[in-house]
Amino acid sequence: MFSDPLKAICEDSLERKWTWISLLLAALIAGVLGVYAVGSNINPPSNVETIDSSRLHLSEEFAEDNLGVKTNADGSMTVTLVAARYGFYPPRIEVPVDTPVTLRMASADVLHGVHVPGTNMTTMVVPGYISEVKTSFPETGEFSLLCNEYCGLGHDQMWSRLVVVPKPATGEGS
Amino acid sequence: MNAITIDAPGSRVDHTSGSAGLGLASMWVGFIAFLAAAVLGLYQVAERSGLFPAFESPSVYFASVSTHGVLMAFVLTTFLVMGYGYYTAETSLRQPLWNRSLAWFGFWLSLIGVLVAAVPLLTGQASVLYTFYPPLRAHPAFYIGAALLVVGSWVWCLEMVMMMSAWKRTHPGEAVPLAMFGTTANAILWFITSLGVASEVVFQLIPWSLGLIDTVDVGLARTLFSWTLHAIVYFWLFPAYIAMYTLMPKAAGGFLFSDRMGRVAFIMLLVFSIPIGFHHLYMDPFQAAGWKFLHMMGTMMVAVPTLITGFTIIASLEIAGRLRGGKGLLGWITALPWGNPMVAATGLGLLLLTLGGFGGMINASYAMNTMVHNTQWVTGHFHLIFAGTTVIMYFAIAYTLWPKMTRRRLHSRRLALAQIWLWFIGMLVLTLPWHLLGVDGQPRRISSTPYDASLVAKWLPNEVAMIVGGLILLVSAILLIYVLAKTHGNSQAETNPGVEYAESLHPVVRLSPLLNGFGFWTFLVVIYLIASYGYPIAQFFLMHTYGTTPWSI
Repeated sequence: MFSDPLKAICEDSLERKWTWISLLLAALIAGVLGVYAVGSNINPPSNVETIDSSRLHLSEEFAEDNLGVKTNADGSMTVTLVAARYGFYPPRIEVPVDTPVTLRMASADVLHGVHVPGTNMTTMVVPGYISEVKTSFPETGEFSLLCNEYCGLGHDQMWSRLVVVPKPATGEGS
Repeated sequence: MNAITIDAPGSRVDHTSGSAGLGLASMWVGFIAFLAAAVLGLYQVAERSGLFPAFESPSVYFASVSTHGVLMAFVLTTFLVMGYGYYTAETSLRQPLWNRSLAWFGFWLSLIGVLVAAVPLLTGQASVLYTFYPPLRAHPAFYIGAALLVVGSWVWCLEMVMMMSAWKRTHPGEAVPLAMFGTTANAILWFITSLGVASEVVFQLIPWSLGLIDTVDVGLARTLFSWTLHAIVYFWLFPAYIAMYTLMPKAAGGFLFSDRMGRVAFIMLLVFSIPIGFHHLYMDPFQAAGWKFLHMMGTMMVAVPTLITGFTIIASLEIAGRLRGGKGLLGWITALPWGNPMVAATGLGLLLLTLGGFGGMINASYAMNTMVHNTQWVTGHFHLIFAGTTVIMYFAIAYTLWPKMTRRRLHSRRLALAQIWLWFIGMLVLTLPWHLLGVDGQPRRISSTPYDASLVAKWLPNEVAMIVGGLILLVSAILLIYVLAKTHGNSQAETNPGVEYAESLHPVVRLSPLLNGFGFWTFLVVIYLIASYGYPIAQFFLMHTYGTTPWSI
């Protein structure tokens, strides 16, 4: 019959049961996280893409004229943002509700972070690397888009606005 | 495998005065740093609330946060671990220090490091927080001081390993006392995990801050720091667990439920807690999701030794309660000697650990972490676990060992108990609203809240509660220093100067060499570390990256 491998290290039967429960609990939580990560593709921003932060203005994507919100051919949006002490550029972003949005961000100087309280939009912005987050905003309204990583003495002042507006009428359906 | 017999259970140890001076000196440095940091903590919650316009100053605030972090996370912890470790080694093994002069050299090296780092910290030239945050640049003295502190602690690691091996040579076939087994596990853990931050400081930050190299790769720097950043919390927590396993059972009047499971838990902490640091990098763009996923799976395993510890410690408490006449399902709880600081701290520490553990699972889950990343939730969480569970056990260790090391009776057990309860209450009043602020979107590491009024309005009540918490904690910190200082001058001599280590309910009669040494486990950690950090570090040398020049704060 089955013999408990934990018997080698643990002489008390109650303690063996508890150790099995602990192991199963860890495996269960890891399993649930794994199913969501793989099945629903819920993963953190991890694009591993480099950029020279000291020459953002010379890059095509992050040059001043190219920042902001763009609509892609498939109706999704791409938002290009630069984080620099102490603000986000452009300082006001407007996106439609319930629309896939890809945010691409780069830092022009030090470490920054982006968080929009009330949504799950967050990422670190690390000099030398491009951060990319794919999300959509399910509620309309005005949100604070704030820096959540210490970037210097003016860190608190670094925030801007994200406005989620109703979808434009497309004429299809009602 | 050879069977090993355990030492006879007569665990009452004669007082050995050799390391008492070193133990006291080390722990005093730690507790003085702790008191200074508690004052800064109260200032910080008050400043951040915006209720005291006279305090408003980002430059003072961030100098204070940086100093508070360094004092609590590096100075209190390292000096307490070293002092407690030296004293544990000598009293549990009943052999003198391996090399007394070298141990004192390590102590002075660490202390000089702290003083060197203190100058730029206190003058606002190192307001880069205790996690360094390149490309913000601090004065080079800050990095050099931090490096000296770590090198001094490596002396302690070497002493612990040498003492355990010397003891095993003179006691063939005997089981290493559990207190020393845990202490050596921590020494090996700290040496391996501190190599990450040491590499960042020595190869990147010091030459870069001195202008010898122009740029650093921030991605590489953060990856190296993450190698240290998780297991360092187990370096801090180890003394708390060692005290629960080996000092609490006698204090409660009972036995340790299982010596062997203590060894298993210590080994699991050593093996599982180092190669999982990417849960600090979930939101960083320079590591791929697959590596983050693997580190997340590894992180879940670290819950297992803590769950085992919870069982063994509560079972040990139950044994003591029943031996003292407690009956029924829960009657043993009221029968426990809650007036004993070690028993009270263990009970309260486990309560805080349970609350903090739930929060920790949320942080470790990389989808849920998105909701709380870099919010006040995270600071609330680590204060609950570190400043709660870990530090409350540091108090109990001090109250247990001070009479042994000074040979004076504790000044007042009632004041000691009041101090522990005040700390427990203060920590709950501080950290519960802190978590709520995080859920309501307040970012961490801010000195003011100039955001949308609608967002800020609901924060104020929680910020006021945190000031009350900070005040209670400061009173408790002052009381700790008072009781310890008064103990030195107590005219009554301690009648029982030996440290009483726990006896196990299940005496270990046969012990596998695997549970009595670290050779195999250290090898395993290195393999696991190479597997989990090898490519993620190598990628910075394989792809073309852009370094970053230094920026002043």
